[in-house]
Amino acid sequence: MSVLVEATTKVVVQGITGHQGTVHTRQMRAFGTAVVAGVTPGKGGTTVEETPVFDSVREAVEKTGANASCIFVPAPFAKDALLESVDAGIPLAVIVTEHIPFHDMLVMYHYARSRGARIIGPNCPGIAAPGKAKVGIIPNVVFRPGRVGVISRSGTLTYEIVNGIKEHGLGQSTCIGLGGDPVVGTSFVDALPLFEKDPETDLLVLVGEIGGTAEEDAAEYIRHHFTKPVVAYIAGRSAPPGKRMGHAGAIISRGKGTAETKLAALEGAGAKVARFPYEIPDLVAEIARGQARR
Amino acid sequence: MVKLAEWRGKEIFQKYGIPLPKGHVARSAEEAESLVRHGTVPLPCVIKAQVLAGGRGKGGAVKFAATPEEVRAAATSILGLEFKGERVKELLLEEKLALSQELYVSLTLDRSSRLPVLIASGRGGVEIESVDDHEIDRQPIHPFPGLTGYQKRRAAKVLGLSGGRAKSLDRLLDALWKLFNSEDAELVEINPLAVVGDGLVALDAKVIIEDDAAFRHPEYADIRDDRTPLEEIAREKEIAFVQLDGNIGVIANGAGLTMATLDVLSEFGGRPGVFLDLGGTDDPKKVTEAFLLMAQARPSAVFLNIFGGVTRCDTVAKGLVEAMRQVPASERFPLVARIRGNNEAEGVEILRAAGITSIPQLKESAQAVVAAAGGRP
Repeated sequence: MSVLVEATTKVVVQGITGHQGTVHTRQMRAFGTAVVAGVTPGKGGTTVEETPVFDSVREAVEKTGANASCIFVPAPFAKDALLESVDAGIPLAVIVTEHIPFHDMLVMYHYARSRGARIIGPNCPGIAAPGKAKVGIIPNVVFRPGRVGVISRSGTLTYEIVNGIKEHGLGQSTCIGLGGDPVVGTSFVDALPLFEKDPETDLLVLVGEIGGTAEEDAAEYIRHHFTKPVVAYIAGRSAPPGKRMGHAGAIISRGKGTAETKLAALEGAGAKVARFPYEIPDLVAEIARGQARR
Repeated sequence: MVKLAEWRGKEIFQKYGIPLPKGHVARSAEEAESLVRHGTVPLPCVIKAQVLAGGRGKGGAVKFAATPEEVRAAATSILGLEFKGERVKELLLEEKLALSQELYVSLTLDRSSRLPVLIASGRGGVEIESVDDHEIDRQPIHPFPGLTGYQKRRAAKVLGLSGGRAKSLDRLLDALWKLFNSEDAELVEINPLAVVGDGLVALDAKVIIEDDAAFRHPEYADIRDDRTPLEEIAREKEIAFVQLDGNIGVIANGAGLTMATLDVLSEFGGRPGVFLDLGGTDDPKKVTEAFLLMAQARPSAVFLNIFGGVTRCDTVAKGLVEAMRQVPASERFPLVARIRGNNEAEGVEILRAAGITSIPQLKESAQAVVAAAGGRP
């Protein structure tokens, strides 16, 4: 049992004929993932990286039994691609595409939810369970199978931190890069219960960023429902006060959204807080040692 | 994000049928005077600086005038202002209305619930941040049914409106909801929304359009936030580039890693100046361009911190070596490099061959660049 993906996960890559689609199909394969199909409208019948390409997701599902989608389709067409994957009955879509308007994401998120499908992203590196499957673009080199779960709003910073855990001689159970866009398909609060009930995860690393209230919401959840140890890091402590999202934005996130409020909330919920990325592996190792002694 | 000046926001309001005072833009005192002399804007009128910052009333950027001479004098004084760092170049002249009440309404996104939210308050005309929570009503709006009748009735009740005024609000909220969606707005705010006779009039307009929707809104392409010339060049090359007042240049990839890098530099007493986010690229030319851009900002030292995913380490190394060849001797800067991740070994080797050492640990590399820039460690 890992989180959301399994060795049996069968991936269809939407936008497989594009440069990123092709490159990451190869990388997902190298990770050991079953990439069973690609979809690019008009390119059906061809192959990319020895993967059959179909004109529609429905065809891909009928012919290959794909049960997860990885979307690389450019932003103006990403909404359509996601709706197509949901309507084809695919329960999990990882959207790597960046710059999707949030008004589109609102429709995508609520539609997927109404059909019982889950979105990870957009603008995210995706999900990986070492030794099982990867749906997305996290570099293969940072992983090593283990018992540390990772959830993050960042991209490359996630790689940095996951790699740090590996270099410390520890490994990961499942790592999810949620993406940092205003509207995400899966938030910390949505991902936390999955790690809570995953028997292969002993402790969780949570990587947040300034802005929004996702980390405060996560702290609230952790305080009441999450029983495993948490190590948290928030990027942007020294960032200059940026351009604010207008007055209405300020009253929605009243008194929240800064690194200080997020760290205080997480610490208050019992998380161990790292001030810098390179402090994370030590904190993780310390907890892991304690767990091993028990 | 594209923040629109009040007059541009009101142009959009007009398109959606949101009631406005009679008004017109002026770019000189002569033009302002002539607008009232010709009756385009009735007297008495209000003259408002077209700047993006709030608090214009208190800051002397809004004046009232009853005669053409007063209009000219007010326009002259406001056009000379530098309001919160922004030079006033445009004025909006509007008829002064006899209003009986000032209200607040806005639509924006609530990230936590992933729903748009309609915010209403009877306490308009002041900064909404200063209004007590219990005097602000928030209604989440689901995108599929959209704004419903009962939600509009509740807003009317909260705002204390009935009869013709409630009907006016009903129409106005429909227009606002349509605008929010069709224009890809992050925020639409009317503060104050004035009660005038039996109807409502939007006295101010704040509209922020989402950048990511630019591909379907070419009409906003010419409106830019304030950027330095270098920031403008970077934008054209699709490199995220921000200029601060420190002296260390940072080139990283990804917003999270960039922020973490700044955090670490600050911890060791470094003052990040320019920071530049390469994003995901596998084109060495883009890396070279980024460095040449950085050189123009004249940093005391530069920290390259890359974790290779989409952007491979060898790509970055090639681009960097080429940039070092192109940067004129007069613009050279001390460089500390740290490249990790995909194709790390190849990248490190390319740098080594060019005499550049990659320091693998974040802490040590950050300390090295602070020292190179003449800071503490």
